[in-house]
Amino acid sequence: MAHGFDAWILTLTTFTPIVGLALVLLIPKVEEELIKLVTLLTTLVTLGFSLYVLKNFDFDHTAKLQFEVKKTWIEVINSNYHIGVDGISLPMLVLSAFITVLCVIYSWNHFPEPHNVKAFLALILLLEVGMNGTFIAQDLILFFIFFEIVLLPMYFMIGVWGGPNREYASIKFFLFTLFGSALMLLSFLAIFFKVKNGQGLHTFDIPELIAAGKGGITHGVQLIIFGGMFIGFAIKVPMFPFHTWLPDAHTEAPTVGSVLLAAILLKLGTYGFIRIALPILPEAAKSWAPWIGLLAVIGIIYGALGCLAQTDMKRLIAFSSVSHMGYVMLGIASLTSFGINAAVFGMVAHGLITGMLFFIAGSVQHTFHTREMSRLGGLLTQAPKMGWILGFCAMASLGLPGLAGFWGEFPAILSVFKPADGLSLPVFRTYMVIAAIGTVLAAGYLLWMLQKVAFGTPKDEWKDTHVHDVGPQEWMAWLPLLLLIVVLGVVPGLMFKTTDGAVKQMVDKAFPTKVEKGVAEKQPEAKSPAIYVKHLGR
Amino acid sequence: MLMNHFWFLDHAWLIPLIPAISYAVILLFGKRYGERAAWIGLASIGSAWVLALGTVVQWISHVNDSEGAEARGVVQSIGGMVRNIRLAAESKLHVEPIIHSTTWFQNNGFKLNVGIQIDGLAVMMLFVVTTISLLVHFYSTEYLKGDRRFNHYYAALSLFSASMLFLVVASSTLQLLAGWELVGLCSFMLIGHWWEEKPNSNAALKAFLTTRTGDIGLLTGVIMTFFVVQKYATMAGGKGTGSFDIMKVNEAAIGLGEHGGSKSLLFWCAAALLLAIMGKSGQFPLHTWLPDAMAGPTPVSALIHAATMVVAGVYLGARVYPIFYQGFHIAGGTINPMAAIGGATVIIGAGLAFVQNDIKKVLAYSTISQLGYMVMALGVGAWTAAIFHLFTHAFFKANLFLGAGSVSHSGANHSFDMKHDMGGLRKYMPKTFITFMIGTAALIGIPFTAGFFSKDEILAVAGENNFTFFKYLGLVGAVMTACYMTRCVYLTFFGEYRGGHADAHGAGHDVGHDVGHDTHAYVSDDHATPIHDDHAAHAAHDLHDAHDDHGHHGPHESNFPILAPLFFLSFMSIASGYLLSPMLKIEKFALWVEPHFGDDKHFNVFEPGVFKAIDPILAVAAGVVGMLLAYAFYWKKAYGENITERNGALRAGKNFLVNKYYLDVLYTDIIVGGVKGPIAQAAYWVNQNVIDNVLRYTGKGAAGAAQFVYKYIDQKGVDGVYNGSASGAGALGGLARKLQTGRVQLYAFTVLFGLGAIALLLVIFN
Repeated sequence: MAHGFDAWILTLTTFTPIVGLALVLLIPKVEEELIKLVTLLTTLVTLGFSLYVLKNFDFDHTAKLQFEVKKTWIEVINSNYHIGVDGISLPMLVLSAFITVLCVIYSWNHFPEPHNVKAFLALILLLEVGMNGTFIAQDLILFFIFFEIVLLPMYFMIGVWGGPNREYASIKFFLFTLFGSALMLLSFLAIFFKVKNGQGLHTFDIPELIAAGKGGITHGVQLIIFGGMFIGFAIKVPMFPFHTWLPDAHTEAPTVGSVLLAAILLKLGTYGFIRIALPILPEAAKSWAPWIGLLAVIGIIYGALGCLAQTDMKRLIAFSSVSHMGYVMLGIASLTSFGINAAVFGMVAHGLITGMLFFIAGSVQHTFHTREMSRLGGLLTQAPKMGWILGFCAMASLGLPGLAGFWGEFPAILSVFKPADGLSLPVFRTYMVIAAIGTVLAAGYLLWMLQKVAFGTPKDEWKDTHVHDVGPQEWMAWLPLLLLIVVLGVVPGLMFKTTDGAVKQMVDKAFPTKVEKGVAEKQPEAKSPAIYVKHLGR
Repeated sequence: MLMNHFWFLDHAWLIPLIPAISYAVILLFGKRYGERAAWIGLASIGSAWVLALGTVVQWISHVNDSEGAEARGVVQSIGGMVRNIRLAAESKLHVEPIIHSTTWFQNNGFKLNVGIQIDGLAVMMLFVVTTISLLVHFYSTEYLKGDRRFNHYYAALSLFSASMLFLVVASSTLQLLAGWELVGLCSFMLIGHWWEEKPNSNAALKAFLTTRTGDIGLLTGVIMTFFVVQKYATMAGGKGTGSFDIMKVNEAAIGLGEHGGSKSLLFWCAAALLLAIMGKSGQFPLHTWLPDAMAGPTPVSALIHAATMVVAGVYLGARVYPIFYQGFHIAGGTINPMAAIGGATVIIGAGLAFVQNDIKKVLAYSTISQLGYMVMALGVGAWTAAIFHLFTHAFFKANLFLGAGSVSHSGANHSFDMKHDMGGLRKYMPKTFITFMIGTAALIGIPFTAGFFSKDEILAVAGENNFTFFKYLGLVGAVMTACYMTRCVYLTFFGEYRGGHADAHGAGHDVGHDVGHDTHAYVSDDHATPIHDDHAAHAAHDLHDAHDDHGHHGPHESNFPILAPLFFLSFMSIASGYLLSPMLKIEKFALWVEPHFGDDKHFNVFEPGVFKAIDPILAVAAGVVGMLLAYAFYWKKAYGENITERNGALRAGKNFLVNKYYLDVLYTDIIVGGVKGPIAQAAYWVNQNVIDNVLRYTGKGAAGAAQFVYKYIDQKGVDGVYNGSASGAGALGGLARKLQTGRVQLYAFTVLFGLGAIALLLVIFN
């Protein structure tokens, strides 16, 4: 348990936006600049808190919950205010605080109709509470509440500030997620009633549930409970065939909404798998894994095909999320620490890259008032900087080594060559090949988009349009993302170092590798290492 | 002393780093310097070249020291049957590579190392890549003068060189993969350099997507190399940690092969990596991107075809050769996928070179054919010969490409059409003519040029290793090579000048040319027929050179920056051959380049061939036959004009070739068109109409059920009961009203509550 300021830091990181929200609500609606300033400061302070967590995080013990706090909350159901971060949640928490700041900066002069700065920024602040909270919660009820808090602001953001088809999209988003949440809650309750912790009490506490093991639940019931969680999380990811809300939501959402949706909200689902579903119900996870893997590779190919059929740039990027999250889920389905490390990396990388792509799509729409790719073209001549950034992001998104996207994709594909013990090798190796084919399709749709939007010469209708290239607000919002894409691509160890310990502990507990009998632990090298690194006599 | 004997070898990581920095500098600050930015690129690649030369010198002295006087004596006296004695003798002392690596990242006990592995193979490639790149940098100062994106061009050239050098020094297969993809990115940037025109960006996309298709193999193959190591380590009784380190991969491959370990894993690994080589090195049937890549500036073509990009595939094959050797049972001497693909490519590429009117496309198809020789050589166990051919080919092919650039730049108004815009140019550009002839001679394999030695070596070793079929296949390829190159030289340099204002096209030719092609460029689409392609390419060049002040003068000789590289490359087109020749008892190349793959007692594929007089005689005969055929057919018109038009069978054959075996139709229209069109559309249709409808109808069903419940149960049934009973109705009515207020949240709560109840039931009855 943490003491002093450290005991408060996660709470501060999560609830500071509430304070900002209260301030924003107190300011009259016409004082737009003040509202913006307060929001920006709030998110910056929040980011500061999350960076404090990052700085003081003990990277030698990433498996351990740090800054942990556990206070009695709802005694009657033994639900506690139990928060803490480990190597898996830390990157997500920082990413969430970080992306929110960039969204506020980008919004500065890009407010979508019907404007209403106050309401818009208030919703962003509320959203941040839910996002940050989900990543620190160590109690199922707490997790569920934060998970649900996210829903409303996004619903209104799409429904009020969205595109022409916003009502349909927002309702669809809401109903889908709610349906999933319901099943998820059902599963949480079932676990609560079925499992007892060390003191013989029913509990919602995640670490306690993990420690308790399956707690005597029969395999069949485990499968059903896992199924409920699976649907809840899979809808959020979204996995095929629960993905249809995503393209509509993304297409209609305002730019900032799309960015947050892609960068953080989708990750709540995959995070749920890693944090809750897999470790609490490992046996069921093993039975489900081939099916999760199947849906993941279907998603990879299907999402890519969906991209190829699009004429709308933003909708294309939305479908690409389905494909990319397929790689993340494939890594998770391998049930290996390699695959899950890759999945967490993929979550962050996809957040950065796809978030960036949505920013660009937003700016293209802001400039040309259309996202129809057949009407666009020659962006590189009219706005060369934006064109270059688009090309850069396309390359990052298709998994070019040296940029962040690669490290989510390649290890995930590698991990399914040899999934956890007990999973079928032929099945998973088939998935590997399909996933590898997916990388070609990814290159296809991204480069075709790049060709249509950036190459060529501007169409006649825009010949005389004066196009603003990337402006100061945009640089401020985008540059950190672009830098991070490069940094994580060149030094992937930054992420792997953080997640590895936590992931390894989880996997070792949930999916232990059978040690073959008679195989000695020593003699790790087949040959003396002397020939590998030669010390030359000088 | 500041620099010891290993300074350059130990610091080889600087060689890719310098051009990489140059890339960033040119991209960020290049605008300030205008065309002087080229000098940043030149300076960087120049320093890289000096460092590479340093590694060459130090490596050679290192090898000579290691071999010791005795061993050296043996090696130099080798020739004829002496070689067999050496084979039988104890395994020779191998010069071990110099490896420096550091951990890139660590993941679950597995370490990914990144670093340099410097051995003879790497040193040779460092030399080739930096040399060709330096010449191309210099050549481009003149050739690209006034280009619309001069700085970007130089930035991309720098990155291209850096990526290729990074690939060359790689000490792990994953690092190799990274370099490989970056090389692909750079060729995408450079092929699409003039991206305003659709055909150019199409060509760039095609190159990227085709090689990316091969990369399915690279991704899975590299993954399998990791497990090959793991398998071997497990077999040896260890815990079985996988690794990407090239040394470990090779050693494991040899070990698994020798000790009867998992052959199927090795086979699939080899097959996957072969797919990667096919994509990158333009092997049939994934070669189709290479001719289209001519859309890029000509110096880039030289770079792509000689030193970077396409040789990356062959380099990969040479680097992890034990995988192929064991996976495909190359020692067995029977047909294997690698030899078969290479052999097929030799013939198929050469066949296509016959019908091209674009000089660059002739050279492009000849590259495909020559790469086929290299892959075939690897497939028949002629490792040294393959690498030696890569080495000599780099020089004479760069020579030919830059020569073609010179012809087009100064002699043919930036056209590459041999039939319409060239002819008789030997009178106008004698220096270019001589260098081009030397390059051609080397390509054909005229005795005592570089190509003669290297091609002979491949054929000799193929015969020795009992791959007789491939030896004769190679000879047939040699006939075809001689034939199409003679045609090419004839059309370009002999006969009457047909370009510009001098021929039947008349004075209006230039104008018509430009305008006509301009429209072509803009209306063109995915359906580029070969000729169409050429035209579009013209338009690009015409546009690009619009401000070139000497663009529309008559044909004349090129100036110094263009000629100097040609002279140097012509020299190398001959001289580079004298490093390996069993005939002349020279084995230096084999000695210097021979790598160390680990435990290779039983793994000896580096021996140069045994000299038999019949081999060069056959090869020369093949060349002479080819040239005579071309002379009779094209030059003297022995069968009259246009025989292909008059004879049905020949016409059909020509059409088949002109249409590139219809592979482009298959790929572009059927596969890509199919995926992009009907398949993607169908998937999307399913998405919109099936999956979405499940939701829609579920929603409708739910709404219907709700209507039913409300109308018949609530209003008539329950309400009826309520209405019937006067007491308590007020209280319950209030609750019912609350439930019907329509607030989503409240409903949601109800749903959740209900589901919670179900959960309870589930738990209780379980």
